Amino acid sequence: MQGLMTVFRKELADHFTSWRFIILFAIVFAVGVVAIYVDAQYIRQEVMDTRFVFLQLYTTSGQALPLFILFIVFFVPIVGVILGFDAINSERISGTLSRLLSQPIYRDAVINGKFLAGVVTIAVMMMSLILLVSGMGLRMIGVPPSSEEALRLMAFLITTVIYGAFWLGLGILFSIFFHRVATSALASIALWMFFGFIGFMSIFPSFVQLGQVGLKIVQVSPVALFWQVTMLILVPTARSLGGGLLITPSALPLGQSLLGVWPHLVSLIVLTVVCFAISYIKFMREEIRST
Amino acid sequence: MSELSTQLVVETVDLTKTYDGNKVVDGLNLRVEEGDVFGFLGPNGAGKTTTILMLLGLTEPASGAAYICGYNSTREPLKVKRISGYVPERIGFYEDLTASYNLAYTARLNGLSEELVRRRVGESLDIVGLSEVADQRVETFSRGMKQRLAIADLLIKTPRVAFLDEPTSGIDPEGVNQMLDLIAGIAREQRMTVILSSHQLNHVQRICNRVGILVKGRMVVEGLLDQLGREALGGSQFSIEVQLSEITSGIIERINQVEGVVGVERSGDLLVINCVEDLRPQIARAVVDSGGSLVEMKVQSYALEDIYMRYFKEG
Repeated sequence: MQGLMTVFRKELADHFTSWRFIILFAIVFAVGVVAIYVDAQYIRQEVMDTRFVFLQLYTTSGQALPLFILFIVFFVPIVGVILGFDAINSERISGTLSRLLSQPIYRDAVINGKFLAGVVTIAVMMMSLILLVSGMGLRMIGVPPSSEEALRLMAFLITTVIYGAFWLGLGILFSIFFHRVATSALASIALWMFFGFIGFMSIFPSFVQLGQVGLKIVQVSPVALFWQVTMLILVPTARSLGGGLLITPSALPLGQSLLGVWPHLVSLIVLTVVCFAISYIKFMREEIRST
Repeated sequence: MSELSTQLVVETVDLTKTYDGNKVVDGLNLRVEEGDVFGFLGPNGAGKTTTILMLLGLTEPASGAAYICGYNSTREPLKVKRISGYVPERIGFYEDLTASYNLAYTARLNGLSEELVRRRVGESLDIVGLSEVADQRVETFSRGMKQRLAIADLLIKTPRVAFLDEPTSGIDPEGVNQMLDLIAGIAREQRMTVILSSHQLNHVQRICNRVGILVKGRMVVEGLLDQLGREALGGSQFSIEVQLSEITSGIIERINQVEGVVGVERSGDLLVINCVEDLRPQIARAVVDSGGSLVEMKVQSYALEDIYMRYFKEG
């Protein structure tokens, strides 16, 4: 436990002081703010449902899809992957891994500590982004969020962190399997593009003719899963229908929305856990070899 | 007395490791007693590092067992890691962090209290002479400095036994001597058992009291350093070349009578005398006593190098 906390604290400090984090943070903030600003331009003309004005800040963008959510869907993976792709192999290359593992700590403390530090970093990043954007929204539209809206935003934040954790786990997985940092980075990016592409097909099903089977396959993509979850949480009038989203005139209570989200959310959590479990087993069985 | 008070710090029992069907370490039985500075010699790829990794519980043996102070390295790795320090051959530090932060991390991983962390970091850096660069990033360090930092990293956890894997590789000759003296000093002052692996015999010879030579995963010879020398050369360690103006059998006979002379050989106008110690004064007197006239006398101490090379060829 003490080993885990030590690794966790060091990794967290590393993340927050690294250039890669500062750059990521700057990009996320800049794009997030721009996206929400663009979205907010439409909110005055487009408020369809006066019950959830504040949430529409995130989900409305005229006739187009909400820019802010799209940005989160496509950008959080990059954040996760960038925080994780060199977690283990860079330590192996620099020779710190054998020194680290010769200390009296359980081996899983290393991987758990790194994973946890990454998750906390993503959580901090996303929370500050959402809070910042909410603050801007308050100023722009002058309507405070209701308690239900606040809860929905909280649920959205938690889902975002789980989504980020999946990509972080994927990055760490590649960092264990590939001994070169460049390989693991490219593999992570390739997978992100692949899932992103599939997710794109599921977000815009009318652009491509998938058929029922195709749509089902496409929806296992974490990108598509997250998109569904986000929309169901942030758009109270949306409900899940045969893999697609249906906007109904009446809003669902929060509990019902969460119930609709549940299968997608569980799939997302399962993907994350599987990803982390594979890295965990691989790392625990890995031998330290003389080179 | 010494028999009773010594304890085995490192012990391996038929330790074997196979990589892809090749026996890298083959039935190794190694015993290192408390307070020893053990030189683990062998050519590259002899299995030295693999043995150390197995002793530390970082790699599992194919068969056999390794013990550190009685703890089984495979089954109780945490206990083993608590009392043993390791300096890998490829020393790695977090380059973008300061020297003291790197050491503090090790200290915290060993569960030291924050107060103790600060104190040990200061002390260790002091011992290796890096106090002045404590707050510099490791990336600015030279290789020699990193090597010394690795020694400081070892001292942080005050281990009972230290494994140093090729601690002298890649530094200049002067640095090598400084490093070796540092290690020897620490071993003496902290009463630490040291296992030092190297393929350079003269490095090992400088500070080790016992050596083992590992070739292709097997220990070909092991023992006290001075004992080994005697055995390998048939009891003699010194060879003295004497050039005389004239060689007579009387002179040879007279030299043979000098105490400590093992054998006298004649080669051309030279006499080669093998003896257990430097007997030049006695031999000179013997020559003069028996009426010979001395032209030149050269002593050659057999460095273990010759023995080492011999084992290399055998292996």
